[in-house]
Amino acid sequence: MNAHLAIAPVLLPLLAGIVLLLMRHVDIRVRRVLSVAAVVMEIGLGLALLTAVADGDILVYALGDWPAPYGIVLVADRLSAWLLLTTALLALFALLYALRGIDVSGRHFHVLFQLQLFGLAGAFLTGDLFNLFVFFEVLLLASYGLLLHGGGRLRTRAGLHYVVLNLAGSTLFLFAVGTLYGVLGTLNMADLARQVAATPAENVPLVRAAGLLLFGVFALKAALLPLHLWLPAAYAQASAPVAALFVIMTKVGAYSILRVDSLIFGAGAGPVAGLLAPWLLPLALATLAIGALGAVASRHLRVQVAYLVVASAGSLLTAFGLASAEGIAAGLYYLPHTTFAAAAAFLIADAIAARRGELADRLDPGPTLPGNRVLGGLFFVIAVAIVGLPPLSGFLGKFLLLRAALDHAWLAGVMATVLVAGLLTLIALARSGSLLFYRSHGHAPASPAAGALLAELAPVAGLLLLVGALTVAAGPAAAYVEATASQLLQPYQYIHAVLGGG
Amino acid sequence: MEALLALVIGVLTACGVYLALRGRTFPVVLGLTLLSYAVNLFLFAMGRLAIGRPPIITEAAGAYTDPLPQALVLTAIVIGFAMTAFVIMLALKARAELGSDHVDGRE
Repeated sequence: MNAHLAIAPVLLPLLAGIVLLLMRHVDIRVRRVLSVAAVVMEIGLGLALLTAVADGDILVYALGDWPAPYGIVLVADRLSAWLLLTTALLALFALLYALRGIDVSGRHFHVLFQLQLFGLAGAFLTGDLFNLFVFFEVLLLASYGLLLHGGGRLRTRAGLHYVVLNLAGSTLFLFAVGTLYGVLGTLNMADLARQVAATPAENVPLVRAAGLLLFGVFALKAALLPLHLWLPAAYAQASAPVAALFVIMTKVGAYSILRVDSLIFGAGAGPVAGLLAPWLLPLALATLAIGALGAVASRHLRVQVAYLVVASAGSLLTAFGLASAEGIAAGLYYLPHTTFAAAAAFLIADAIAARRGELADRLDPGPTLPGNRVLGGLFFVIAVAIVGLPPLSGFLGKFLLLRAALDHAWLAGVMATVLVAGLLTLIALARSGSLLFYRSHGHAPASPAAGALLAELAPVAGLLLLVGALTVAAGPAAAYVEATASQLLQPYQYIHAVLGGG
Repeated sequence: MEALLALVIGVLTACGVYLALRGRTFPVVLGLTLLSYAVNLFLFAMGRLAIGRPPIITEAAGAYTDPLPQALVLTAIVIGFAMTAFVIMLALKARAELGSDHVDGRE
């Protein structure tokens, strides 16, 4: 079993997706059970993978037993397992929220959901650059279907922009991959890392161009300034569980930047070492600032949450951009936290919008919401988590980030941007909360049965429990991410595990 | 031959970028298609240009051409084809729902 552990998380959602497609005429309840069961098993596989790689082992799975660099390999190290588990946990709660009827407002929701997980798992586990492109396409195709799920004019328009942008991004990805292959003669990431160090001087500009093109593509996925403009429209228009799942998609971009930067263009890359360094940190800080400003300026709750996702991508890449073990560890600790918190915010925004009739999620004073205590309480906890106030893990993440920046040349810039952006986020969410819950008029309509409300909001509470677990287990989690960061900064381990010997 | 192919890729890319920046969905789709043609040719050329050489090493063949870009380009063509079909359907849907073929739904 252990030999196949690295491929199991990729195969499981694919098989589940195929089975669900074949069973499309079967009763929806059966399909729901199957879909949830597949996600729960994916969590189990994520946990198993995490335990298998926790002590520093790197699992390598050669597809068809063709040895690297000639065959395609899947590689599971600490970073992959961490992201895979985050994805699976997020997917479970997004899916549970969708079971309340959103999944039948269009066709093939569960199939697309599973295929999206297939693409995500593949992107995190693959050790081959072209294969990364293929998995990107898989997850994008599934995301196009999910984004359009349910239909509607605005959703179609947002979907069109999203699809066209990502198609252009895919083309750039292929140009970058083609250039790297033409110059270095390989696409296996470990082999690329080895070849890139020995680039002859006349090819250095080509490799630099390809590397920066690749960075541009990943920046588009990660919503890094100035390529973030697609995100607010797309995420605000998607249905709530889809938007919640999409929160992990910007993290795929961040993962790819971290992986390629640390493995291929890391310190050992000779003439092209530190290729991204002059770009990543300034752009990430600008992204953080623009995300926070956008959140303050938003007039709809869902757009506001989407801008908070932009800001969180900025914080995350700021941490990675510090390019130190502490910075990467801070970013990796912050990553699941911000994913869960933003997903919970999308879900609660939907629950609030559904109770405000015509107003929906527009940030204007409206009628008192039924069940406003429960909704308001959850909104408050989510806001605390997103802003990064104590006692939740967001505070720990921000603290680790600022501590990692202490020795950095950009200390003042990082400190100022992170703190001011945090303050702006706080103002934005405080204003929304008081508009939605305090400045309401009229008596609360008869509350629905408390049980029904709790059942609806259980996935939100579940995501918050995960945030709580990340806070309580901050010790082991921090130890794990520090080990991950040190593994990433020693790419020869990865190269040795994939290629053996040399 | 290299110069000619480079020119073709360059012209295709330039036309693709120009069309993709237009305001109507049909030129945008055409632009994306031209871009994907350009990138397919580009990938193909990355195995270096050779005429009449087999892609498989045999005893008889003195020289061979790199088979990997051919496999890559095949994958890229299949994906590009599916994406084009999808974006055309989406453009038609947008035309029907927004009442306009402008990418922002404006007239």
